[in-house]
Amino acid sequence: MTQHWSEIVVAALLLASGTLVLTAALGLARLPSFFLRMHAPALASTLGAWAVTLASIVHFTAHEGTLSLHAWLIIIVLSITAPVTTIVLSRAALFRRRRAGDAALPPALGGRP
Amino acid sequence: MSSLLPTAIGLTLVLYALAMGIALLRLMHGPSAQDRVLAMDFMYVVGMLVMLVLAIRYDSRMYFEGALLMVLFGFVGSMALAKFLLRGEVIE
Repeated sequence: MTQHWSEIVVAALLLASGTLVLTAALGLARLPSFFLRMHAPALASTLGAWAVTLASIVHFTAHEGTLSLHAWLIIIVLSITAPVTTIVLSRAALFRRRRAGDAALPPALGGRP
Repeated sequence: MSSLLPTAIGLTLVLYALAMGIALLRLMHGPSAQDRVLAMDFMYVVGMLVMLVLAIRYDSRMYFEGALLMVLFGFVGSMALAKFLLRGEVIE
């Protein structure tokens, strides 16, 4: 009975994660400018990764009988690294487009790129 | 009812493969270099999720180390490419 319940939860979490990741990829393909496209992969690296990690925690806890939280480490590492990559990449894009003379961008505030 | 989980896992992997294909399209003809870096970072994350789903599929913990390494290498690679776009060199 416990087996049955955990299977339903794991399947629902996995399908939710697959839908979220496909939505993120569609956003990456369809959004019109780079600074809009930048928002889309966050859906996969936060909510999609959370769903898969919760699914694996539920699955391994139900199979082995003891609480197994080792997949949580991936969430911790991902929630540290994903914002750093996003910030550095957005600053690089801003710097490159300012240097290319894009008139649609606001001017720099403190002289830093 | 025992075929519920394998069906869900297969469907999830198909959805991930579709997402990676779309991101590969963006990586191949993204208009600027930062678009390609963004698509590559997204593909690293989706590959890590595939490893986690395979850990559930084969009921093995060996995949977690691979997934963790994939997160770390994706971070280092995207960071190096973004620093290169920002400064023209990786280590100053």
